[in-house]
Amino acid sequence: MPGKVHVTTTINGESVEFLCEPRQTILEVLRDQLDLTGTKEGCSNGNCGACSILVDGEVIDSCLMMGVEAEGQEIITIEGVASADGLHPLQQKFLEHAALQCGICTPGFIVAAKALLDQESDPSEERIRLYLAGNLCRCTGYDKIVRAVQDAASEMAE
Amino acid sequence: MNAFDYEAPQSVDEAISLLSAGNGNVGILAGGTDLIAQLKEGRKIDLMLDLKQIPEATALSFDEDSGLSIGAATSCSKIYGYDVVQSRYPALVDCTSLIGSIQIQNRGTVGGNFCNASPAADTPPAVIVLGSTCRIAGPNGMREVAAEDFFTGPGQSVLQSGEFLVSIQVPTPAANSGAFFLRFIPRNEMDIAVANAAASVVLDSEKTTIQEARVAIGAVAPTPLLVADAGAALVGKAVDDEDAIEAACAASRAAARPISDMRGTIEQRIHLSGVLTRRAIQGAIQRAKES
Repeated sequence: MPGKVHVTTTINGESVEFLCEPRQTILEVLRDQLDLTGTKEGCSNGNCGACSILVDGEVIDSCLMMGVEAEGQEIITIEGVASADGLHPLQQKFLEHAALQCGICTPGFIVAAKALLDQESDPSEERIRLYLAGNLCRCTGYDKIVRAVQDAASEMAE
Repeated sequence: MNAFDYEAPQSVDEAISLLSAGNGNVGILAGGTDLIAQLKEGRKIDLMLDLKQIPEATALSFDEDSGLSIGAATSCSKIYGYDVVQSRYPALVDCTSLIGSIQIQNRGTVGGNFCNASPAADTPPAVIVLGSTCRIAGPNGMREVAAEDFFTGPGQSVLQSGEFLVSIQVPTPAANSGAFFLRFIPRNEMDIAVANAAASVVLDSEKTTIQEARVAIGAVAPTPLLVADAGAALVGKAVDDEDAIEAACAASRAAARPISDMRGTIEQRIHLSGVLTRRAIQGAIQRAKES
């Protein structure tokens, strides 16, 4: 029986150590061991984006990354998006535009949109829709989500 | 997922030792977008071998003499974000920037796309028409295989037990050359090719005559195909020779031997092989003119 692996990583700005089995995904580690349950499990095969997290600033599906791969990485989850001063503009605009209904996809959308706005301050609507193509929503029809991201981009540019 | 061991070797030699000790039941991890999904679907391995600590497998570098070296574990987004790729290898941007989602492009690799060996893989046609070479490490050292010879069937490649793909070497583009890749899918993103195609051309100094040409098609046969007859139909012909381009398209249609499945029928895929070949050639000529 393979032993557990000791992993040292950074999650939401804090140094974190955990033990995991090689077969555990980072999604399982985040949710089941570290109690960071804001990251959601949807399809678990890389289609829906509900489990999106940032690894070294890049958005990835945490269902398709092993926990052991987190060694030495900088991870941001939805729990690390708001600051001590309050909600991130994306979070605020999702509320204002009612860009969520059931809410399961929302952490993934916000993390993915944050990755986009961290790189591009003024993305076009087409760019936003393409960038968020890996995040599925069964409730909203996407339009309110795109408006919320556009509005957040405008506010962050001010 | 069944239980397995995990190793992240620091060198090619260490990886080879671990591979030979692994009894053939080793899952090689680059971006994991295929491997981890397969493990969840029941594939069993004893050892997961992570290539991302091996310098040669993660390198992405360019040298005017030897060309572009793409480590097998280099993500698609690293590749299309590399300024040399953007300026000198736009066909690689074409294919790496349309695989899956941004999340997948940030993890998935060209090396993994090759080793997974899906007939519908989106990176092989462009890599093939660029004249690339796969560098494979094994117990007896390194060997090189032309990209078009890498695939042997659906999910099958020339990789033998104990071997792994280290990197892909793409030659420096010739003067007055261009290459282009495209695919057909019924939507704009997050889909698998019904058919795809790539072409590369080298023009004369006047940029009016095609001196060299290569065409490759995918998702229309058990493996990606280099269509030698399509390239040959273009050599020595004017860039606006419609008969030559139609002959190349006919060669692609003749080479295609697709199946019918939920994505398309045999008839549609044969038709698409011709249409996509034409557009790939026209795109490659346009880029060569602009080079």
